[in-house]
Amino acid sequence: MLQLDQVQLAQDGFSLRADWSVQAGQRIAVMGPSGAGKSTLLSAIAGFLMPRSGRILWNGADLATLSPGQRPLTILFQDQNLFPHLTVTQNIGLGLRPDLRLGPDEVARVVVALDRVGLTGLGARRPGQLSGGQAGRVALARALLRARPLLLLDEPFAALGPALKAEMLALVGQVAQETGATVLMVTHDPKDATAFATDIVLVADGVAAAPKDRAQMLSDPPPALRSYLG
Amino acid sequence: MASRTGPLIAAGVAGGLALFVLAPLLAVAARAEGYALGPADWAAVRFTVVQAALSALMSVGLAIPVARAIARRRFAGRGAVIVLLGAPFLLPTVVAVLGLLAVFGRAGTLNTLLAWVGLPAVSVYGLHGVVLAHVFLNLPLAIRMILQGWQAIPAERLRLAMALGFGPAEVARHLERPMLREVVPGAAIVVFVICLTSFAVALTLGGGPRATTVELAIFQAVRFDFDLGRAALLAMIQFALSVVVAVLAWRLVQPAAFGAGLGRTVAMTAPKGWRRAMDAVVILAAVLFLLLPLLAVLMRGLPGLADLPDSVWPAAARSVGVALVSSAVTMAAALALALGVARGGRWAVVLDSAALVPLATSGLVLGVGLFVLVQPMLPPSQMALPVTVMVNAALSLPFAYRLLLPSARAMQADFGRLAMSLGLSGRARLRWMIWTLLARPLGFGAGLSAALSMGDLGVIALFAGDQGATLPLVVQRLTGAYRMQDAAGAALLLVTLSFALFWLFDHGGRRAAA
Repeated sequence: MLQLDQVQLAQDGFSLRADWSVQAGQRIAVMGPSGAGKSTLLSAIAGFLMPRSGRILWNGADLATLSPGQRPLTILFQDQNLFPHLTVTQNIGLGLRPDLRLGPDEVARVVVALDRVGLTGLGARRPGQLSGGQAGRVALARALLRARPLLLLDEPFAALGPALKAEMLALVGQVAQETGATVLMVTHDPKDATAFATDIVLVADGVAAAPKDRAQMLSDPPPALRSYLG
Repeated sequence: MASRTGPLIAAGVAGGLALFVLAPLLAVAARAEGYALGPADWAAVRFTVVQAALSALMSVGLAIPVARAIARRRFAGRGAVIVLLGAPFLLPTVVAVLGLLAVFGRAGTLNTLLAWVGLPAVSVYGLHGVVLAHVFLNLPLAIRMILQGWQAIPAERLRLAMALGFGPAEVARHLERPMLREVVPGAAIVVFVICLTSFAVALTLGGGPRATTVELAIFQAVRFDFDLGRAALLAMIQFALSVVVAVLAWRLVQPAAFGAGLGRTVAMTAPKGWRRAMDAVVILAAVLFLLLPLLAVLMRGLPGLADLPDSVWPAAARSVGVALVSSAVTMAAALALALGVARGGRWAVVLDSAALVPLATSGLVLGVGLFVLVQPMLPPSQMALPVTVMVNAALSLPFAYRLLLPSARAMQADFGRLAMSLGLSGRARLRWMIWTLLARPLGFGAGLSAALSMGDLGVIALFAGDQGATLPLVVQRLTGAYRMQDAAGAALLLVTLSFALFWLFDHGGRRAAA
């Protein structure tokens, strides 16, 4: 269970409060106007930004002392999820061993993960030789191997077309199911929420509200969400 | 949170660097005798400032028409001219001087021509010789900086100028002069700073009471008068001069781009008619001025290469060793500092300042300080090579650091969070991220600092005895003994080794990045 205990975030004259928790296996769409702090919220959970006050806990343990790499989570950014100078295999291998001393077992696991995301045989390529959708798949293959219990998506598929994005979300769903991960996904698009999320966290006016049932939120949106959706 | 090793190393480097620069200064301050300057000292200060100012004015004044011509013309060999403009930065000063002597010296090409037409010979020694050499060495740098200014004029503005039917006069008034007002002072001050610490040029083409720089006076006080007290006093003066100007300069001036990007032609319709002929003459004159001395070294050096004096080979080996070690030290320190600054946080400002500390000093100032420190314990000649390595490393550190910083910042911005989220740290981070992503500037910086160190004639002249000289010192001694053929042969070897080192590192970096 992810718990935000009276968390107060502050950054350059901007602040955000959050005080709620997420049950294991939930899929949350984080929505709200631009600049409201959706990415900031994910940054804090991932450990790139220390809360001014409050605690972020995973299964009751405070994450404050853990560096981003030690936290029980995988985060996919909007872009730059892959190192351009490393091969696809190496990029995925980083999820198993950051020093890239991959044994035969580990190489085999990378090959299987590549298969799983539909990139069979592309291990020797570099990110520059991949399409946007393929690059997203590589990042997901790495998430699959890392198998951390929490998956944070900071709009990694925002640049993809609708059909491709739907495909990627389906893949995220499979990855989450296989690893049993709880997912927090920032999105602008209510269709993404419908396709993927069980609940919605609304970020607006300095508050990240507690997650509420997605269907209910979208059929009867609160004022802030209503004005955002237009 | 994150790993603590990186910040600790950066702090250690910054501290070590500050100590290495400041301890000699304190030693010098303690040793300086009296604070009254004699007439000879004042003359040295005056000469230093005057020659630096003249060199800066002439370099920049000549650079403006050349840069304009290169910016607006397309011609066969334009790329080669731009490459040629990069070469003198790597050219060892002693070699440049030797080339200039071959063209402008007593038995040089110029005087031969003058004798032909029955005119009296001109001497290259003294103020005008020193300025000539400084212009030769710094004109390319000034051209490159000003050329950058031309290329930084936005294409939209040039398009607008064409749409409005601007002639050359309007283009000059509305586009070029405003740009020059911004770029030229910076270029001039950079050349001024470089010439302020001129030693090798003054040693070979200056000298005597009327053409001695402070750096040269320091050297003479140590080597000829054995007067460490006076040398220390002069070092204080040089330090004061350097600090004032360097601090001003480094804050005012944007760093010159050494690398690619200057090949682009400015997209404006170049004026035709007499201006076209003038541009051709300007470019040709600049190329001849830069190329003839180099060709002269080549022509004179080639025959001498076959039987070089015995002292040359061990000196060459020493120089290569010094260059390799000092370049390794420089790059390791510069990398630690650049990564520390790119990481951000409140210590970034301190690290950034630490990296620039060596700019406030000079080779001979550091040298005298270290001489004072070392002398009670050991004969200085025994410490010649280690001291040269460290001084060269410290002096090229600010340049290497400035080369690395933009790439280190970009790396941190693009991949810092990804690396952290994957737990990529320590050696794995160095090997799988930094090494490849920074390979280009690392290779270029290593090549640059190796070549600079290889060709440097400064502190080694202070420390070296008859044995243990480096190759530039051997060239200088041969030149001083008027053994011109041997000197040219050794100079050719020196240039070849310097350029080879630069090429090896730069090429290696490019390959590792690919």
